[in-house]
Amino acid sequence: METLTNTPKLADRAYNIRRNALRMGEVQGQGYIAQALDISDVLAVAYFHAMRYRPEDPSWEDRDRFLLSNGHYAIALYAALIEAGIVPEEELETYGSDESRLPMSGMASYTPGMEMSGGSLGLGLSIAVGMGLGLKRKKSDARVYTLFSDGELDEGSVWEAIQSAGHYKLDNLIGIVDVNNQQADGPSTEVMAFEPLVQKLEAFGWFVQRVDGNDLGAVLTVFDAAKSHPEPKPRMIVADTLMGKGVPFLEQREKNHFIRVEQHEWQLALAALEAGRQA
Amino acid sequence: MKTVRSAPQPGKPRLTTSAMIASIAAEGQKTKAAPFGHALVELARSRPDVVGMTADLGKYTDLHIFAKEFPDRYYQMGMAEQLLFGAASGLAAEGFMPFATTYAVFASRRAYDFIHQTIAEEDRNVKIVCALPGLTSGYGPSHQAAEDLALFRAMPNMTVIDPCDAHEIEQLVPAIAAHQGPVYMRLLRGQVPVVLDEYDYEFELGKAKLIRDGKDALIISSGIMTMRALEAVQTLNNDRVDAAVLHVPTIKPLDAETILREAGKSGRLVVVAENHTTIGGLGEAVAALLMRSGVHPPFRQIALPDEFLDAGALPTLHDRYGISTAEVARQIKQWL
Repeated sequence: METLTNTPKLADRAYNIRRNALRMGEVQGQGYIAQALDISDVLAVAYFHAMRYRPEDPSWEDRDRFLLSNGHYAIALYAALIEAGIVPEEELETYGSDESRLPMSGMASYTPGMEMSGGSLGLGLSIAVGMGLGLKRKKSDARVYTLFSDGELDEGSVWEAIQSAGHYKLDNLIGIVDVNNQQADGPSTEVMAFEPLVQKLEAFGWFVQRVDGNDLGAVLTVFDAAKSHPEPKPRMIVADTLMGKGVPFLEQREKNHFIRVEQHEWQLALAALEAGRQA
Repeated sequence: MKTVRSAPQPGKPRLTTSAMIASIAAEGQKTKAAPFGHALVELARSRPDVVGMTADLGKYTDLHIFAKEFPDRYYQMGMAEQLLFGAASGLAAEGFMPFATTYAVFASRRAYDFIHQTIAEEDRNVKIVCALPGLTSGYGPSHQAAEDLALFRAMPNMTVIDPCDAHEIEQLVPAIAAHQGPVYMRLLRGQVPVVLDEYDYEFELGKAKLIRDGKDALIISSGIMTMRALEAVQTLNNDRVDAAVLHVPTIKPLDAETILREAGKSGRLVVVAENHTTIGGLGEAVAALLMRSGVHPPFRQIALPDEFLDAGALPTLHDRYGISTAEVARQIKQWL
């Protein structure tokens, strides 16, 4: 289990995840890079502090499951899977290409460590409920982590799953909702108001923590609490994040679901990321 | 613009059982209660991986029998079909074999994307078992799944089954459990007719079976239309029409070999009879197979029309839309 002060530090992991994502973005000249940058700190804590898995055996029965409901965040998860040694680093060059195991939208049958086929939004938590029930049937102590986006809160199925996880007291579920306040048609809170999110989730029987999703120390604390919380409730981490985090000129770019990055900017972005790391 | 139907004419006698769940058994017909529920209990005794799931329709899909026997293996998901099938995928991913039940309309129309993405695309071992297939409810389009076969046929990886009677349902439950992969099965529930036991019939996944031979016409049918075809054959006999009946319970994958062998025999009218819209079901599947294979018998289709069907008593509706025994016989005679 890695921490803030161990070597390699979690901050290094987050940096490497961002760097991997930018390198994949450069391969295709596009990608959901702003989202990848915003969620890298959460993925660093999930994969290098919280979760139990064996890089050489992605189907290991006792692993914690990680479901990527928002399949377009695949670029971010690939970056983490590469950093975790589950996907070989050289495959990074194939991102989004023909025959690649790293398609632009995540699918279970393509990629080691990818547990579901996302992309059609609102699927992940329903699958998680079934996995949570299944793990309890097997008397397994493995957990199911599910990452989804604030835009997915518009989907009715998400609330079906949230209600049932509360009903079944699935304390082996840890949901993470990425509140970057951006979806396809604009700011998520304007597209469809979803606040007060914490109170809503609590009313459905969840143990809920809200955190600055780009504060590694705070993220680590809420993951620890989500795992150790004593009540028999499913757990939700509401992570407020900043799109483009770590690359100042992308943080400031006009907010869009799919931000434009010019060909010459990928190297600038990598340089800016590196500069921010040394600062 | 909204148009409302005219009020009925007074004084005209009419059937008044526009029930949600109407019996498809004829009066005095031999039936068996809840064949699916009992067969699943039997299967589950030797298969600890079997779990039952439903979306608030346990009682109406005969799953309550399983629930009573194995309460700790039964998951009530509430009236939430998207959740039902997503969670079924999750349980299957963990090594279990969910039998997930609801009505055919809700699985095919409401939860289609969930089944497509979380079950079919991921090739999860989920058995989808759905009551009220085709026109077996008097409630109108909300409960009439006239297009379920078309929708599930179009889904890669999906095996699609339309059983005829209780005898067949009892046999196919262990058969689909032995098949690794997703299955969509139309369910007849409650008091279900028993028909095929008299024909020495045995269900085999992916196989069409000639139930009886005949020289004038070949009726290719699935589901309850095989029962109707066998009854119609008696009527046709009285008019010296000798009809064969080929039962095709597995709609996908289609048993091309047997269908081509039987349809290729010269001198017979080929009639496909199905409890489903004319679009995309067994009729069009067989027609396309014959065309692709260069087999061109005279061909007719008995199926539900491409329209929103009426509410009403099931016998009235089956007559109206041409799938009652009398209508099957009448149409075939007319075509010969």
